[in-house]
Amino acid sequence: MLSFILKRVGLAIPTFIGITLLTFAFIHLIPGDPVMIMAGERGLSPERHAAMMAQLGLDQPLWTQYGHYIWNVLHGDLGTSLTTREPIWSEFVPRFQATLELSIVAMAIALAIGIPVGVLAAVKRGSLFDHAAITAALTGYSMPVFWWGLMLIMLVSVQLDLMPVSGRVSAAVFLDPDNPLTGFMLIDTLLFGEEGNFLDALHHIMLPAFVLGTIPLAVIVRMTRSSMLEVLNEDYIRTARAKGLSRLRVVVVHALRNALLPVLTVIGLQVGVLMVGAILTETIFSWPGVGRWLIYGLEQRDYPVVQGGVLMVATLIIIVNMCVDILYGLADPRIRHRRGRN
Amino acid sequence: MNTTATTAIPAPPGPFKSFWQDFRRNRGALIGLYYIAAMLLIAVFAGLVAPHDPSMQYRDALLQPPAWLDGGSWRFVLGTDDVGRDILSRLIHGARLSLLVGFLVVSVSLVLGIFFGVVAGYAGGIVDIAIMRLVDIMLALPSLLMALVLVAIFGPSIVNASLALSFVALPHYVRLTRAAVLREMTCDYVIASRVVGAGAWRQMFVNILPNCLAPLIVQASLGFSNAILDMAALGFLGMGAQPPTPEWGTMLANVLQFAQSAWWVVTFPGLAILLAVLAFNLMGDGLRDALDPRLKV
Repeated sequence: MLSFILKRVGLAIPTFIGITLLTFAFIHLIPGDPVMIMAGERGLSPERHAAMMAQLGLDQPLWTQYGHYIWNVLHGDLGTSLTTREPIWSEFVPRFQATLELSIVAMAIALAIGIPVGVLAAVKRGSLFDHAAITAALTGYSMPVFWWGLMLIMLVSVQLDLMPVSGRVSAAVFLDPDNPLTGFMLIDTLLFGEEGNFLDALHHIMLPAFVLGTIPLAVIVRMTRSSMLEVLNEDYIRTARAKGLSRLRVVVVHALRNALLPVLTVIGLQVGVLMVGAILTETIFSWPGVGRWLIYGLEQRDYPVVQGGVLMVATLIIIVNMCVDILYGLADPRIRHRRGRN
Repeated sequence: MNTTATTAIPAPPGPFKSFWQDFRRNRGALIGLYYIAAMLLIAVFAGLVAPHDPSMQYRDALLQPPAWLDGGSWRFVLGTDDVGRDILSRLIHGARLSLLVGFLVVSVSLVLGIFFGVVAGYAGGIVDIAIMRLVDIMLALPSLLMALVLVAIFGPSIVNASLALSFVALPHYVRLTRAAVLREMTCDYVIASRVVGAGAWRQMFVNILPNCLAPLIVQASLGFSNAILDMAALGFLGMGAQPPTPEWGTMLANVLQFAQSAWWVVTFPGLAILLAVLAFNLMGDGLRDALDPRLKV
């Protein structure tokens, strides 16, 4: 078991190094002089130019620069934002918390709806419900997330006036920064907020989370359904039925438990989908998360922000994929003991 | 029963006929195919079909609602946008753009992906490891994010965005091709042709590749829908086609201000994207069912 985990971790390291090479190359791939681009239209005096080159280490040989870069990255130093002059890391953390909160709620919605619908569609295969579920799932899977968000804002927020259009909480909500805030609005408002603040935060998160969760929801419905269909044909299901267990028990306890394994992998793979979705969803709903931060960085040509943000997102995905692989190995010994090339 | 049972065994249908029989049975896939065919016709004859010039601004008809609503007229069937351009004509010309982008992205990524995939699978060893490590690295970045970064480097335009989308689609084709090649490498016909002296290039691209095409055709169909969706997302974020290009996603940038007053400006471009993507996904599902021999019998 330990060797399996070590092997998986070992596989992730070259990928991480590759990503650092990629993000390092990013600054050098921008055509022209990065310092001049960062300076913008104002331009720079030659002395200031040289000073900035030295400050950014751009006057040194490439491999020294890369050495410095990776040394800094491993020490949590991702550089400084050009627009705010704040360290990238301290900009990243609160935004990541916002994105994480949104993603968790999105995933919770997707799982809470997706698994029951997928199971029911498989059990009632060929029924009207099954057809409706497949059609809805394929539509959701094909959905342009940004348009979906716009439509829901138009319908739910503007026409029906049921949900707020943007932000994490109403401007009136005040959270005392002296409290040990977690950065997760739902938790903070519950622990330290006034009455009604938690509901306010919940109100704000529901719509963007539903939009962000739409594609994972569609994928989970499709995956759960096909995985259940496969499992329901197995001999042990027939045995369980034959020995007189109730239909519900067979479906939920015997079939679903075995059908969930492929669904688990899919959930892991959705992290990338969530990050892309977050870029679009956060832009529409003005959610102060990593996605909107990256778009802002790209628009403002704040290259250190883009460089650091991309590195963090990629690292997150590598780690999650690694964890899913390891969990998969824990759940299914056949994978753990498989040898050689796939 | 003494009639001699001479029911002749029908000749097995050819590969295309057999495929078509399987494909036709899938109603969703057929709907997708017809929708795509219609879109293709409209795109080719966009200049003839579109009632107006897509960039013509009718200053006397700003934000005019669709024909069936009060204040609408059949002159502008789906209404006009904030500078008085006909939405239907823009959507029709947008179809041309979306299909072109899809075609460009799929062909570039398909050709390069097949090349690297076949080489990785056939050569094995260090070449295989190097290519697959690169693929892993590319897969660690979400595709739209990587496309955004590439566009930021090379400048936002529809050509750069298409190239960026081709690049981010590459790893999927490489993986698929490599897996199919590895499967074929153990077949007798590959070994036999090596024995009679077929060279590496002939083995790779004449003998093995044609037998690996089925999963690639499916992926290409899904690649179309991804390309259309991602191009629209890039356009929406201002990193794809630049205004006033009638690209579906670009049409949706900065329209939130019309949410209350002019829903048609927001609704129709997105619906066009959704239906086009849905059609390609439906067709892709049908192709997979018809082409994947593991699902047959």
